[in-house]
Amino acid sequence: MLLAGTARPALWHLARIDFDPVRERRVLLYPEGAVLLNDTAAEILALCDGVRTVDDIAATLSVRYSTDVTADVVEYLSQLAERELVRDANDDG
Amino acid sequence: MPTTTGKPTTLLAELTHRCPLHCPYCSNPVALTRSRGELSTEEWQRVLTEARALGVLQLGLSGGEPLVRRDLEAIVAHARGLGLYSTLVTSALGLTRERAVRLKDAGIDHVQISFQDAEREGAERIAGTPSWDAKHAAARWVKELGLAFTVNVVLHRANLDRLAEIIDMAAALGADRLELANTQYYGWAVTNRAALMPTRAQVERSVEIVDRAVERYRRRMQIIYVLPDYHSEFPKPCYGGWGAHYLVVAPDGRVLPCHAASDITTLTFDTVRERSLAWIWDESAAFRAFRGDAWMREPCRSCPRKHVDFGGCRCQAFALVGDAAATDPVCTLSPERYRIDAMLDAVASPEPTYRYRTMPGAAPAVGARAGDEG
Repeated sequence: MLLAGTARPALWHLARIDFDPVRERRVLLYPEGAVLLNDTAAEILALCDGVRTVDDIAATLSVRYSTDVTADVVEYLSQLAERELVRDANDDG
Repeated sequence: MPTTTGKPTTLLAELTHRCPLHCPYCSNPVALTRSRGELSTEEWQRVLTEARALGVLQLGLSGGEPLVRRDLEAIVAHARGLGLYSTLVTSALGLTRERAVRLKDAGIDHVQISFQDAEREGAERIAGTPSWDAKHAAARWVKELGLAFTVNVVLHRANLDRLAEIIDMAAALGADRLELANTQYYGWAVTNRAALMPTRAQVERSVEIVDRAVERYRRRMQIIYVLPDYHSEFPKPCYGGWGAHYLVVAPDGRVLPCHAASDITTLTFDTVRERSLAWIWDESAAFRAFRGDAWMREPCRSCPRKHVDFGGCRCQAFALVGDAAATDPVCTLSPERYRIDAMLDAVASPEPTYRYRTMPGAAPAVGARAGDEG
């Protein structure tokens, strides 16, 4: 299921982003797991503060890349939300 | 077979085999290492430094009971300094509030506490020692300190019928994650297999209970359910392949591709006391033995699933077929599958008796009933 444009994604509070000097990539670390991030993914997650909406994030990055990246942003965040690594702050009341 | 060796992501550091619990399903080897054979603080710190340089991101600090190591804080602090994400895998016996604070200050990220059942009698019978109050108190401190908190419960015939209550207990304790792991038959669990194996009906009911709980607790508590592999059609995938992502350092410094691998007596495992971790990962005979797929025979070799389940578990193939290069006999394509089916058909006895985990020469577990073996 895709995240709504009005969702306010936030990283799971148990996850953190670190830099892996061995693979020279940023990495999302959480209990029993790790996801290597490419630059785009890291930029998306850096904007997931539980305040910005998916639409806000897509708009910011579309400007930065001078092309419409909305579909990619929605798909990537929806994948992480499916794995519960990203939560919609609107759901937390 | 891929000739390049990937980088490991996860290290399980078994700091000790000493443990106050006597669980009859413990995955530690039946021949436990005594305390004087354990790696020192400095040796563990060197192992972690080498592991980080090799690419490890996730660290499990396990045992035995890691809290019996008085230098645990120093090991945790070293891991944090390296940028590792550290999980303390503990029974919680021996944890005080003060120690939990020190571990948090040292940089532990995540605490996983084992619970044995949703009611005291069943829990303490399987643990072989009074432990209920200590665990529940420890869970409160972990939550109070804001650490990531996982409840881990090993499932078996004597607690599966209380699965719904176990899930509710974990939620009431405030667990962020709940790992429900059906017993896997390694180490002490092999000795106690007949007493631990669930019935087919129990397993079927458990799937329905977990499915409902996943919905009910969505976004409050992540539930990870590990089905018993004997009841599955295909084997479990050996941590993404032998020597692909995962390594274990045993209390005495031997490096294993999986915590159960020391049961494979046809392999010799190098130790960090004699070799670097990088050499052992890249070059040692034990890590190369089943890396990739060149070692596979039929039915694995031509199987479309060979890069899905990697032939299954080498430890299980050795334990049940006597050949670590055989197809995991759990696989329904294995000619040895009948051995598993025979065991499933034999599950009957309602009142299990256990052989409790003990150190060599130690007294039998407190709480073991008269008539129990061991």
